[in-house]
Amino acid sequence: MIISAMQKEGVEIIFGYPGGAVLPLYDSLYDSELKHLLVRHEQAAVHAADGYARVTGKPGVVFATSGPGATNLVTGIANAYMDSVPLVLVTGQVPSGFIGTDAFQEADITGITLPVTKHNYLVKNAKQLPEILSEAFYLASTGRRGPVLLDVPKDVFDQEAPFEYNVECEIPGYNPTYDGHVGQISRAVKAIRDAKRPVIFGGGGLIRSGASTALQDLADKAQIPIILSLMGLGAYPGDRELFLGMPGMHGSITANYALSEADLIIATGVRFDDRVTGKLDSFARNAKIVHIDIDPAEIGKNVKIDVPIVGDVKIVLEAILKKLQPGDTAGWLKQIDNWQKQNPMPGGLKKTGSALKPQFVIKELSRLSDDHTIVATDVGQHQMWTAQHFIVRRPQAFLTSGGLGTMGYGFPASIGAKLAAPEKRVICITGDGSFQMNSQELATAVYNRLDIIIAIINNSYLGMVRQWQDIFYDKRYSHTLLEGNPDFVKLAEAYGATGMRAKDEHEATAVIEQAMQQKGPVVIDFVVEPEENVYPMVAPNRAINDIIIGGDRS
Amino acid sequence: MKHVLAVLVEDKPGVLTRVAGLFSRRGFNIDNIAVGETVSPGISRMTITVEGSETIVEQVVKQLHKLVNVIKVSNLSEEPSVMRELMLIKVSAEVGSRSDIQQIVETFRGKVVDVSPDTMIIEVTGNEEKMEAIKMLLQHFGLKEIVRTGKVALLRGSKITREG
Repeated sequence: MIISAMQKEGVEIIFGYPGGAVLPLYDSLYDSELKHLLVRHEQAAVHAADGYARVTGKPGVVFATSGPGATNLVTGIANAYMDSVPLVLVTGQVPSGFIGTDAFQEADITGITLPVTKHNYLVKNAKQLPEILSEAFYLASTGRRGPVLLDVPKDVFDQEAPFEYNVECEIPGYNPTYDGHVGQISRAVKAIRDAKRPVIFGGGGLIRSGASTALQDLADKAQIPIILSLMGLGAYPGDRELFLGMPGMHGSITANYALSEADLIIATGVRFDDRVTGKLDSFARNAKIVHIDIDPAEIGKNVKIDVPIVGDVKIVLEAILKKLQPGDTAGWLKQIDNWQKQNPMPGGLKKTGSALKPQFVIKELSRLSDDHTIVATDVGQHQMWTAQHFIVRRPQAFLTSGGLGTMGYGFPASIGAKLAAPEKRVICITGDGSFQMNSQELATAVYNRLDIIIAIINNSYLGMVRQWQDIFYDKRYSHTLLEGNPDFVKLAEAYGATGMRAKDEHEATAVIEQAMQQKGPVVIDFVVEPEENVYPMVAPNRAINDIIIGGDRS
Repeated sequence: MKHVLAVLVEDKPGVLTRVAGLFSRRGFNIDNIAVGETVSPGISRMTITVEGSETIVEQVVKQLHKLVNVIKVSNLSEEPSVMRELMLIKVSAEVGSRSDIQQIVETFRGKVVDVSPDTMIIEVTGNEEKMEAIKMLLQHFGLKEIVRTGKVALLRGSKITREG
């Protein structure tokens, strides 16, 4: 029954790992035409499904068993919840009669995941399954997207029940608002007309709602510069003039200055995270803020909003475009251009000895990639360098763990991305720390012959933590030196993947070119300058125009 | 400031946990909560008293709305409404003090519902001020135990809080 529902919902592939409580489910999968990707750890199944969902816009589907199988999913679920990624997860549970007895491999997974799912269900009877499955897909993929979990006791899988499945469903307490309020849209239009120093600040909501064309039209027609949060990268081509980069802690100087000096911020599908706003009471003090978001609870949560618009970002932007009256932004663009010229992104390009700079590696990867390349990152310094230096030109092409900051996300997410878009080049940019949090998936990638380039920015440190110890803890590098790292080339080869290494710029360019010709997964160990820091940087809870420039800007 | 919210929810397993969990993880304070049936089958009504500023209560309302099993949330403190709570008080009542206690109970239109050689149980209903007042007056006799239902409330007049 679950398999038939998956087919009705147009599911192409399931990410999972079998176990005792899901034996009946896997038994029905055995005869079905549904593809299943067998991972090597349940956490990787969720991240892969998450990567698949971010690339396709469709819900990613995960199967796992009860107890440890289910609890291993939790990090991935929390990650998807924070970044509003649609997922449907089916976990097995001990048979109904054993629930509550601390049975073998029993865990209260609906209780555990309550705070990190959009909704979850403990299915008590097979008769409920069709309705619950259809609700799960509907909830995951509408409104503000998110993960939905179904916990199914083993005996329920075996029960017979009539299967009448409606893809459409109605839930009394769930009615997302898609169209923006007409009066508020007029106020936004007027605000755009009157603004002298407007900026668009866009986030992940742009990607989820497919709003990049509308966004590009708005920016280009009204000549308004664009700032994209980490989650929004790709919604506007990263190499166009109106694009100012990412704001916040490791954002571009121009983006932070522009947000601080703007008289109008058009916030679209963002949630004003602390990494973006810095100290709240000094954030955008001069600006009127229009906030468009599908989730009413995000509006006014952290920052006071002048024009709140609850609705789907794409629909609302299109409505604004219909009535758009561009204001005069010429002076403002000139000012921004000056900031851009005076404050280029610190590249760290000046060589100290022959050491390879991480920024150089990212720039080369970007230069040698085509427009359609999908890049997935892990979390830490390499993530910020990628956000700063990898030019993302399309939506759904930059996958990163934004809200939860999950090390170990990138590699499995890139597996999901490759399965979602086999024709596209997929690169996972990771760190030596992050990669080891899910490196077991090399087996999955090799077995499935997935052409993925895994670029390890290897500084032998837990780099971002070391950077904070450097700046805020007097260089007391407590447990951030990753002594005992494996030889990543040999590790790759042990799994049957290709391993390469680069220690200087010349080698770096050569191995990237070589890796791009290679079939199957390629692990590249980029041995970089160990104590390079990510700049610019705004210290936590400081105003975002109070920037530590640092680095070498030549 | 205290706000009284009427929350209509689907009567499904775990819904109280979802609501209570939301309050604790977002750092909102529940003063009290009362749950019971409504005229519509399958729908329960929670009356939740929350302490917090306008902004906080607005967030509480929005976050409650996001729970799939929550059908309707209204802030009854924003409109004229009737609010009541029931309290049972077990108070020390030596023979000499019983008539004094009786008098206080009558003034508050309460009831004595149980008497033992050295205690009485008193039942009072009313709003929060009344509860606090009688509690204070009975204090010096020796309060042994108190139990309260939490506030319940309805809008005054013909307006109703409904699921539509």
